[in-house]
Amino acid sequence: MNGIGITLRALHDGERDLETDLLAVAERHRTEHEVHHVATDVARWSREHAARLAALGPDHGVELSGPRDHGAPGALTALREKAAQALGRRPETGLLLLEDLRDLHLAAARNSLHWEMLAQSAQATRDRALLDLAADCHPQTLRQMRWTNTMIKVLSPQLLVSV
Amino acid sequence: MDSSPDRIANPWGERTPYAPGDPWPVRTDLHLADGVAQEDVERWVPSASILHSNGDAMDIAVRGGRIVGVRGRAADRVNRGRLGPKDLYGWQANHAPDRLTRPLVRENGRLVETDWDTAMDRVVSRTRTLLDERGPGSVGFYTSGQLFLEEYYTLSVLAHAGVRTNHLDGNTRLCTATAAEALKESFGSDGQPGSYEDIDHADTLALFGHNMAETQTVLWMRVLDRLEGSDPPRLLCVDPRYTPVARRADVHLAPRPGTNVALLNALLHEIIRTGRVDRAYLDAHTVGYDELAAGVERCTPRRAAEICGVPAAEIERAADLLGDAKRLTSTVLQGVYQSHQASAAAVQVNNLHLIRGMLGRPGCGLMQMNGQPTAQNTRECGADGDLPGFRNWQNDQHVTELAEIWNVEPDGIPHYGPPTHAMQMFRYAEQGSLRMLWISGTNPAVSLPELGRIRSVLAQERLFVVVQDLFLTETAQLADVVLPAATWGEKTGTFTNADRTVHLSEKAVEPPGEARADLDIFLDFAARMDFRDKDGGPLIPWRDPQGAFAAWQRCSAGRPCDYTGLSYDKLRDGGIQWPCTEDAPDGTARLYTDGFDHAHPDRCESYGKDMVTGATVTPVEYRSLNPDGKAVIKAAEYLPPHEDASPQYPLQLITGRTVHHFHTRTKTGRAPELNAAAPDVWAEISPAEAAAQGLAAGDLVQVTTPRGAIRARLRTVAIRDGVVFVPFHYGYWDTPEGHRPPDGRPGRAANETTVTDWDPLSKQPLFKTAAARVTLVARRGTPQPQDTDDARTGSTA
Repeated sequence: MNGIGITLRALHDGERDLETDLLAVAERHRTEHEVHHVATDVARWSREHAARLAALGPDHGVELSGPRDHGAPGALTALREKAAQALGRRPETGLLLLEDLRDLHLAAARNSLHWEMLAQSAQATRDRALLDLAADCHPQTLRQMRWTNTMIKVLSPQLLVSV
Repeated sequence: MDSSPDRIANPWGERTPYAPGDPWPVRTDLHLADGVAQEDVERWVPSASILHSNGDAMDIAVRGGRIVGVRGRAADRVNRGRLGPKDLYGWQANHAPDRLTRPLVRENGRLVETDWDTAMDRVVSRTRTLLDERGPGSVGFYTSGQLFLEEYYTLSVLAHAGVRTNHLDGNTRLCTATAAEALKESFGSDGQPGSYEDIDHADTLALFGHNMAETQTVLWMRVLDRLEGSDPPRLLCVDPRYTPVARRADVHLAPRPGTNVALLNALLHEIIRTGRVDRAYLDAHTVGYDELAAGVERCTPRRAAEICGVPAAEIERAADLLGDAKRLTSTVLQGVYQSHQASAAAVQVNNLHLIRGMLGRPGCGLMQMNGQPTAQNTRECGADGDLPGFRNWQNDQHVTELAEIWNVEPDGIPHYGPPTHAMQMFRYAEQGSLRMLWISGTNPAVSLPELGRIRSVLAQERLFVVVQDLFLTETAQLADVVLPAATWGEKTGTFTNADRTVHLSEKAVEPPGEARADLDIFLDFAARMDFRDKDGGPLIPWRDPQGAFAAWQRCSAGRPCDYTGLSYDKLRDGGIQWPCTEDAPDGTARLYTDGFDHAHPDRCESYGKDMVTGATVTPVEYRSLNPDGKAVIKAAEYLPPHEDASPQYPLQLITGRTVHHFHTRTKTGRAPELNAAAPDVWAEISPAEAAAQGLAAGDLVQVTTPRGAIRARLRTVAIRDGVVFVPFHYGYWDTPEGHRPPDGRPGRAANETTVTDWDPLSKQPLFKTAAARVTLVARRGTPQPQDTDDARTGSTA
């Protein structure tokens, strides 16, 4: 396994984690409706990225498992959503939301840099399949970053000043 | 003269057919109170309709200090004398015996009458305390789509530069936010491209989610008159219901709710595949076409057929109709705006016109419609989550300009983010950081989604609620202070319809009791708060409507919505379309006749947003994408709806309107003819669906979603199988409970059941994408089991 394989694995794991984290944030902030819905929508992108990276893995000597099986919402989901509703009337949860959005942004930034590395090495090695994958997926990772950044920008003044 | 016809039975009246390119013939509609003849009328006072967005010009008939009827204005470009049923009968609500005539304040949990000083002192002292203790972010304003321009502009200045809060929005958020957003995305700025005259010239009309026959009856009369004249236009209707529009359509597509983007992408795919794009227009006037072509490459009619549940051959027929059009006029309304992926879908209609080069010429009209009569002014004046004059909050030069006009420091105008939209304001109130909400001319306790939640937010002890309205609405019953307002016919001001036509509406009679014009209430608040500009002068120096209008003209100068060439005197002769300037003294029929100036990076109102996430595009990105200010073609991918049918909730619920009512019936429910025509809520499903569920027309049913339930009589009508429709107008002011459902039983407001979800771009709530089930409560003809002694519920049987 060369550096490309190592980076593929790191990105694959990063996309898997980001999907899980986005879905967890969606549940935890059930009462923040826009965060809940959009986080769920853009989690789908990470899921597709993990699946497509896993499909390409063998070409680069790595076996990757693909996205996690999230199954039907379970007891933990119900608990998280109940907690979200109970906490949704307290100003302090605003801080938690900003911290969660920050962490999502940083995780997406990490993935973005891995996409950059892969795209660059794909160009250098004239690896068409990898280059196409990066060209398809990297813009969506950047959109995840822009979204978290926009939400932080819009929400911070209210959530930090009015606690 | 079409006088005293029964316009309940026939909402559109008699036909006056005409040929393409001819002027629409005049037909003057009139309705006077019983026993009043035209010669008895002492004065006719110019105005326009305040009960829908069409802007029908009329004269108010006055006798003995009372309104006694209305007459359409034959000379006006919008309606050529015609009026709709709500115009003809709605004015009677002004005289309703339960008008608010004195301010109310909450004492020991009850609202009691008081005087203006006491009520305003409470509002002012709470505002001051909150500003001192918690800052401007703790104060929010939620206004309407039914006040006048002068009132919105005054509110906008006092909120943005007086209170200095970022929290100001209108209920236009519910009806027209997506229209504004779609125009900003494609053309850089709000502003309706087309004109109603485009209907006179079009050879093809396409109505996307727009039940024009019921929401804009007079515009539909115009369409009917074309359809009955020589060389009629072909008509495409996209609507899951078999509306009166669908019945006249050459092609009717009834997609599954929530799949508009998939359908529109397939239409664009077909037009591109068959080579019916205007390459020269695209090259000269647009950016982004290649991304669109790539984006829809795989969106075949066959694929859309699976997603939308519409036959592929019908999609191809629709694409042929659009692709063969030489003069295409399209309109878009709530079927798009209140559905999943609202802005993304509305933008694809813009794209349709851009790739076919059909803008800025007679008959090539694009109209992103408005729902409410003065929604356009909420948007222009910055009372709706934008800055006044379609200025860009991300453009420091625009903010500086505004600061100069108001003579304040630029950092005194909050512009660190977009002004807060209504749904987010309610969220801030729920979460506890917003502590005062001043609601003017709207009724969120009936009109917002998930009413159980909205009532619990409004009822919070920690939230100070001010309501300014004509009646003790459901919302007013939850308020801490209620301010009685004057309405249409009782005050002077201007407002602008869905095709940019500005009308003057003059005061015809005195308001009842101590009720005051909304403008006077806002001016009184500003004076009591002693808002000052940076030189110590009053922030708001005007004292009357004309003064406010003059101030607004200055604010609008040089912007797309330029009013500098207008005056009250000029408007007395009839409606005029903005921009109206020294160079265009008669107004402007069509925007974008020669390029897209407003999209220039230095002029645009918005740099755009991500079509899925709503993330803002930065100025640098926009400038590199669109340096010369062309129209922006933005592709959008289809996403599955957030809530879809399931075994537990097998139907899709959509809410909507009926021809007889406006909004939450505060006026139309008090007009006898309109109320009698549609006195109570109902639910519609198809006969096949009813049979499958073991239900029949007339049954009392319960419509249940994960949020709540309502009860309604069932109608079986032609509507897509798997869809249930409920009109949203009905609340509780005319029920014993007053503002909420009865204890332990489902209510009748459709929004008990709707989901809290909004379009990430326009922030418009999605009222047409929920999962539901319909179950039997009682068979037709049998009384509702729980309330056999309540005669009221018998009225719907």
